Amino acid sequence: MPAETTTAITAETVSVTGWGRTAPSVARLVRPRTYAEAVSAVRECGPRGGIPRGLGRAYGDAAQNAGGAVIDLTGLDRIHVIDAGDGSVLCDAGVSLHRLMEVLLPLGWFVPVTPGTRYVTVGGAIGADVHGKNHHVSGSFTRHVLSFELLTADGTIRTVEQGTDLFDATAGGLGLTGVVLTARIRLQPVGTSLMSVDTERAADLDDLLARLTAGDQRYRYSVAWIDLLARGAATGRAVLTRGEHAPLDALPARARRTPLVFRPPRLPAVPAFLPSGLLTRTTVGLFNELWYRGAPRARTGELQSLAAFFHPLDGVPHWNRVYGRDGFVQYQFVVGHGREETLRRIVRRVSARRCPSFLAVLKRFGDADPGWLSFPRPGWTLALDIPAGLPGLGAFLDELDEEVAGAGGRVYLAKDSRLRPDLLTAMYPRLDDFRALRAELDPRGVFMSDLARRLNLQESP
Amino acid sequence: MKDAFGLPQSLLVLGGTSGIALATARRLIARRTRTVWLAGRPSPALESAAAELRTLGADVHTVAFDALDPGSHETVLGKVFAEGDVDTVLLAFGVLGDQAHDERDPAAAVRVAQTNYTGAVSAGLVAARALQTQGHGSLVVLSSVAGERARRSNFIYGSSKAGLDAFAQGLGDALHGTGVHVMVVRPGFVRTKMTAGLPEAPLATTPEAVATAVELGLRRRSETVWVPGVLRVVMSALRHAPRGLFRRLPV
Repeated sequence: MPAETTTAITAETVSVTGWGRTAPSVARLVRPRTYAEAVSAVRECGPRGGIPRGLGRAYGDAAQNAGGAVIDLTGLDRIHVIDAGDGSVLCDAGVSLHRLMEVLLPLGWFVPVTPGTRYVTVGGAIGADVHGKNHHVSGSFTRHVLSFELLTADGTIRTVEQGTDLFDATAGGLGLTGVVLTARIRLQPVGTSLMSVDTERAADLDDLLARLTAGDQRYRYSVAWIDLLARGAATGRAVLTRGEHAPLDALPARARRTPLVFRPPRLPAVPAFLPSGLLTRTTVGLFNELWYRGAPRARTGELQSLAAFFHPLDGVPHWNRVYGRDGFVQYQFVVGHGREETLRRIVRRVSARRCPSFLAVLKRFGDADPGWLSFPRPGWTLALDIPAGLPGLGAFLDELDEEVAGAGGRVYLAKDSRLRPDLLTAMYPRLDDFRALRAELDPRGVFMSDLARRLNLQESP
Repeated sequence: MKDAFGLPQSLLVLGGTSGIALATARRLIARRTRTVWLAGRPSPALESAAAELRTLGADVHTVAFDALDPGSHETVLGKVFAEGDVDTVLLAFGVLGDQAHDERDPAAAVRVAQTNYTGAVSAGLVAARALQTQGHGSLVVLSSVAGERARRSNFIYGSSKAGLDAFAQGLGDALHGTGVHVMVVRPGFVRTKMTAGLPEAPLATTPEAVATAVELGLRRRSETVWVPGVLRVVMSALRHAPRGLFRRLPV
């Protein structure tokens, strides 16, 4: 670590929102370029504390801090060591998964877990304990994090190893235990940068659940895109895409010459000031219909690029602007195996309400992850985007929360922007441990976010 | 902290016995609000309002607050903000006065102006500064269509609301970019205890309708809200009516 200096860090007062662009709040944005600057940023947070922020892909208010500091970690973006033999990388927390892919793929390695966007930082992936299409096989992101360096509230930097309490509190801890500065991550070997994808259509929800249950173990990656606007007998109809990293011999001769190329295309960005209300039942319904009809009934072994398979939305910069100034809410919950009835009821209710939600995602989770506030647990998870301006949406989602909590499920905090705080303890049984650890590690509440205030994560109720 | 729909978890009502404010509080408690501060002159009415809101499940505190004593505002409101973030401040105090009587009693007329305007200027500025320190929050100011154009029949009240309205608009612009949202609510004739016994004006509305409009305005982060919405058009027409004509209108 460089010696502590007194360099002035650039700070500006800005309005901050999450990816859903709801509930803006104003904070001092601090962007440290060195570890020493990060230390002084934490020491000088001020009375309303600070919260680390990466690329701002959390949908809600997890990386906002009204009246306090938001510590933008994207200035700490060095990759320190790549062990191409053993398959591990040591890098700064501000490095994006996109950058890791650019650097690692030519060496034959891939990130162990990627969420639906690769524009997240390593620090953010730890703070949200993100999961991907391989959760049923590989678990969440932090399972593959061997250790990290954590800058805590007292301004010291600790090395935190997997398996310790501080590790498990930080995994999924939404930046509230400290600022992750660097992390050592175990990688996934790949032979090519293409995916071999099997696609099939499911006619309704029961068909979908049956196919996912029967076939998931045969694939490393599995996800279903579900049409929540379909009604009647077609309720819950979906397109399953499941795949593996394509082996070299699966590639056509021409592609075999550059098997590890990674050049994801980018379309022009969505303009900044689109009106709200472009996504209506009609437009979204039409989109969903075309997309379902356009998918093959069954196709195997199709070669797709990594970007097309994992991150289709990353091709459209600022896609969140499509929802206009009202923004949108992403609702993601999980209910356990044996709670399919709850899942069916929720799908029916969303479908009956005709929420203009395009491309909801259904996935079957594997084993639970050790993070105290980690979201995944064995069962079914459904994620849907809904325009925030939809009348009565708040009350409707509250009702869904009741269903989810009643079935012993939970909602994903990194995506949340509206959960009622009193349901939290039921959803996250380790919450009291988390609060206790915070009280000890950070008694003055240096690490604070809008989400922590809203859900009262800082103290025992 | 407000949620994605702009719904506050904590609410400070200045003018804790206002019918519109209590209807708004009831509506917000039904959604997300858990902590309510009712600020007003100590009275049985204030306590019973608090008791009623408590039955809805909120944690309700009363605070002694007098609009006519601006010197105390800093201390009184400072104590509330010291207890924790206030997501929404509802500036709802105001008196109608008795136009006919007040025209002959300037001291009474001044009390209307001091309550509705200078009291609100003081409390509004104190609340605005506290919200700005928080970096978030909404200040909802109950203005009135009466302030849009002063009428013969209630110009003392109307002029005080005109002053309040202009103040709140300016304050909203001053706070733009600070994270604090100022919303001016302009209801027409609302059936409350303040207007009891008065002849009802056209397009009369209810406290509950104003509360609904406030909730919607909070979600949209509106700057101006008319209740009912059609008053925006009506008042725009009235505002441009020539003086000679406006004087003769039965409004």
